[in-house]
Amino acid sequence: MTAVLFLLRAVILVLLWGFVIAAIVAVRHDIFGTRRAAPQPTGRAPAPRQQRAAEPKSKRSAARRLVVVEGSLAGQTFPLTEVAITIGRADDSTLVLTDDYASTRHARLVPQGDAWLVEDLGSTNGTYLDRQRITAPTPVPVGVPIRIGKTVLELRK
Amino acid sequence: MSALAAPIDAPRRRGTELALVLFGVAITIVAYASVGLAHDQKLPTSTVSYGLGLTVLFVGAHFAVRRFAPHADPVLLPTAAALNGLGLVLIRRLDLAAADHVGKHHRAPHGAAPLQLEWTVIGVVLFVAVLVLIRDHRRLENYTYTAMAGALVLLAIPAVLPASHSEVNGARIWIKLGGFSFQPGEVAKIALIVFFAGYLVRKRELLALAGRRVVRIDLPRARDLGPLLVAWVVSLLILVRESDLGSSLLFFGIFLVILYVATQRGSWLVLGLMLFVLGAVFAAVAIPHVHDRFTAWLHPFDPQIFGRAIGGSYQLAQGLFGMATGGIVGTGLGQGRPDLVPFANTDFIMSTLGEELGLAGVMAVLTLYLLIVARGLRAAVGTRDPFGKLLGAGLAFGLALQVFVQVGGVTRLIPLTGLTLPFLSYGGSSLVSNWVVLALLLRISDAARRPATATPQPPSPDEATTMVVRR
Repeated sequence: MTAVLFLLRAVILVLLWGFVIAAIVAVRHDIFGTRRAAPQPTGRAPAPRQQRAAEPKSKRSAARRLVVVEGSLAGQTFPLTEVAITIGRADDSTLVLTDDYASTRHARLVPQGDAWLVEDLGSTNGTYLDRQRITAPTPVPVGVPIRIGKTVLELRK
Repeated sequence: MSALAAPIDAPRRRGTELALVLFGVAITIVAYASVGLAHDQKLPTSTVSYGLGLTVLFVGAHFAVRRFAPHADPVLLPTAAALNGLGLVLIRRLDLAAADHVGKHHRAPHGAAPLQLEWTVIGVVLFVAVLVLIRDHRRLENYTYTAMAGALVLLAIPAVLPASHSEVNGARIWIKLGGFSFQPGEVAKIALIVFFAGYLVRKRELLALAGRRVVRIDLPRARDLGPLLVAWVVSLLILVRESDLGSSLLFFGIFLVILYVATQRGSWLVLGLMLFVLGAVFAAVAIPHVHDRFTAWLHPFDPQIFGRAIGGSYQLAQGLFGMATGGIVGTGLGQGRPDLVPFANTDFIMSTLGEELGLAGVMAVLTLYLLIVARGLRAAVGTRDPFGKLLGAGLAFGLALQVFVQVGGVTRLIPLTGLTLPFLSYGGSSLVSNWVVLALLLRISDAARRPATATPQPPSPDEATTMVVRR
């Protein structure tokens, strides 16, 4: 009986730690940061999608992250995948701004080949690339500030 | 919705969750059998029915998640189920010991395990109900001030009730009517977190405004200190009126952290900690009950304090002896004497665990708590609405603080406070409210992990109009 109990004690501890390890393995994607590309949101930007299909992903080596430099979300970074990033006060935006100077659907960032384009979605107060208010989809160089209301964003490598 | 639009391999991970739930139940069954073997030298006859019951219960919860929160985190539910199951086994084990050695130290309620099992069922039913009823956690934001009023009423009830209806072992935190007793503070905790999150989402711009700058810290403006001071005073009132050190600490800590997350200003933490130290010093000097706790914490092995009948260190020291007996791998379930610690199944369940499963078991359980908290915070980071972020962070941090204060008290890192250990301790109110907290965390993580295409409300085609209205 002593042997059985000794064995059971070991089994329980092994099972407990096995459970811990299994749970950690189950969320390893989150912990170690491998990220599966989310599906393209609706068919809004078909052109870049086709172009991207022609080019292998590894070619786009320029910008890898979108960094919020100023504003209420300052310090947050978003990995640039193959998906357009929507910016605005709407709850379903990729970047939800709580800023009275931003519109509900203010702007979006769309990948095109190597570059990312910023496009104003008819916002009230406009989208600025550096100091220039943009009127058409404009390529965003790495490190140049995009201003939306009180928020400043930058692409980083 | 757009189940068709989501790719087949969208990582919902519900299968993983089911497997982990079954794993957790298996651990519980093995532990249950082990307790019976050690105590009666034969397998308890109830092992099969017990195992089947728990399997049905937790797998049922899993199917509710699958149906009502399909994208939720796969680890939260199994971890809570495993902790709940382990808690049931430990409480059952203490029941057996209490039946064996009826003596002066065994005031544990007779047959606590069946009651805890009933509360587990109620907790899981409420867990499912929250998932079904609250389809979008953002709706809770509409009840910000209702939640505050409800929480204050719940907190105030034990303070105004006569002691015979509210006091158990010196703490006036109960509502006792007939044979039924309940700790309203546990429900108030959730309501308060909803209120803090809703209130601070609205006020955070204001509270983030900087005032004077002192030694590299931007202090907030003096007139914005109001909410922090109110939270502090209310926490102290709970402490003085209801003698409940743990809840007082918990409320203030949660408020401080949500405030910090909302404003991203470290100065609030600095100010809050200064207020906390002030309150702690005041309490330690002026409130006899807290003073006793401090003395017991500092000198647990002093014979005079150890032997004191009320407010002594007997419980704390016995718990430490128990854990020391356990060592690295413990004495084995059912083979120690954890019942020598008063209230082993509520406040000191960690010392039972430490004695019978050793440091290895304690670390595993603490890692499970760490997982729940980390996944909760992950959901808060991942969700896109500011209210959900604050709510998730508040709920997850509340669990973390509760575990820290509880285990810290039992292991003599900090003075003992008398909170329960989430999911593990005996106590219906606490168990039920923690299942509700878990449901809310799953709801938030479901929103955070849902692919963009599966958003329930598609963007309005008429964006320009929407904008004019919103401005």
